[in-house]
Amino acid sequence: MKKTVDATGLSCPLPVIETKKALKEMSRGELEVIVDNTIALQNLEKMAKQMGLDHQLETINENKHIIRILVGDTAGEEARDVEAAPNVSGKTVVVLSSDTMGSGDQDLGRVLMKGFVFALTELDRLPDKVLLYNSGVKLSVAGSDSLGDLQKLEERGVEILNCGTCLNFFNLTNELAVGSVTNMYEIVQSQMEAGTIIQP
Amino acid sequence: MKDPNFLVGFDKSDDAAVYRLTDDLAIVQTLDFFPPMVDDPYVFGQVAAANALSDVYAMGAVPKTALNIVCFPEKMDLNVLSQVLQGGSEKVMEAGAVLAGGHSIDDVDVKYGLSVTGIIDPRKIYTNVGCKPGDVLLLTKPLGVGIVCSANRVGEASAEAMQQAVRYMTTLNKYAAEVVRGFPVHACTDVTGFGFLGHLHEMLGSETSAVIYGNRIPHIPEAFHYAEEFLITGAAQRNRNFLEGFVEIGPDVPFGIEEILFDPQTSGGLLVSVPGDVGEQVLEELEKLGLPCGIVGEVIERGEREIVVR
Repeated sequence: MKKTVDATGLSCPLPVIETKKALKEMSRGELEVIVDNTIALQNLEKMAKQMGLDHQLETINENKHIIRILVGDTAGEEARDVEAAPNVSGKTVVVLSSDTMGSGDQDLGRVLMKGFVFALTELDRLPDKVLLYNSGVKLSVAGSDSLGDLQKLEERGVEILNCGTCLNFFNLTNELAVGSVTNMYEIVQSQMEAGTIIQP
Repeated sequence: MKDPNFLVGFDKSDDAAVYRLTDDLAIVQTLDFFPPMVDDPYVFGQVAAANALSDVYAMGAVPKTALNIVCFPEKMDLNVLSQVLQGGSEKVMEAGAVLAGGHSIDDVDVKYGLSVTGIIDPRKIYTNVGCKPGDVLLLTKPLGVGIVCSANRVGEASAEAMQQAVRYMTTLNKYAAEVVRGFPVHACTDVTGFGFLGHLHEMLGSETSAVIYGNRIPHIPEAFHYAEEFLITGAAQRNRNFLEGFVEIGPDVPFGIEEILFDPQTSGGLLVSVPGDVGEQVLEELEKLGLPCGIVGEVIERGEREIVVR
């Protein structure tokens, strides 16, 4: 398996972050990373060294440098990868039924929920749908701390569905800033058809 | 022609210029401004001002007047500017100095800082160089704010880490300077863009060497984790390249600490060289200020390596 990450135009630490992501998806093979400055190249070299991965450096010209990182014959790692991947078919649906996460303290719950939605955006494999109902719909309206993250998910193809009755109840229908409005039929259907339901 | 009253200038990469007016009075001048490293304009104003004032404290001087330096896009919301200036003026006030005016120009990006003038007894100037073997090195603020701010830019920093970074960057070096003033100071500087090791390198001035204790470096805990996750900066790598050949890092020093030692700081703490026998006493006083600080190393006779981290 051979993969290329073109990190030209990105400034540190982005080339390293992109490379790390790509490495995570590879079990073996060669990852080629292209950068446009020697500092980024050196940072990638440092990372490869720290991770104990074989690598070669090549400078094409002043604005083009390549590091080739070999992802070794690590059977153990592959086995772990397989274990980590959820072995289910069907869609992954995230259900946010409240604007807080867990019970105990409201303020803490809000902080946790913000972190949860952000963490969703960082997943290697994004969910297919996010369902929001009851006070969960407050996450989708203007001024919500999670609005940016939900919009990011939507841009990347995740369907964001908000309960219309709930928006009405909180008088927030006009404030909705991400996703579409849905009804109970679709809320039930989505969960029935899901392979995995994640509810924080 | 050199003016004999011009005491400290650019030659030894010192923190500020010093000009003697009379036998017991000199003025200290410095200027610093930069683009925002945090989103909140009010906090940015505070950080930029604390950073500019810091050079005066690093010389052992007391700031008296400050002038705003502002670059601001004409089309941008003026409320943002007023928040930046508000943050800056509060720090000048806290420093006990007077905000005496300033100058602003239209620019594509926001930049802010201060020109600060302070006073000092010319016989009591702290310069960068002057460490003596047997000295201990004290650091008055934790390191790692550069790594945390850079992680924050890519959405990877926790709110808690960012809060800590902001708290450290907005803390004036005034209080640490007042503590060390009561002790014999052989050399003093503030840790900024060249990172801890870069500023230490200047301080040792090719006459002495230093041993740094890798396990006693005050730092933001999450900066260590971010560095270990390779949320590393270009600026730290540039510092590393610049110091190649001067620094030897022992095998037991974790990678995260290495990066923290090269990490450029904004409004970093003071790095102070004092005689070994008063080190603990200075530390005790500094600890009362409530910031993580510590004795981070010792000065030794010039050896083969200038700086050894172990």
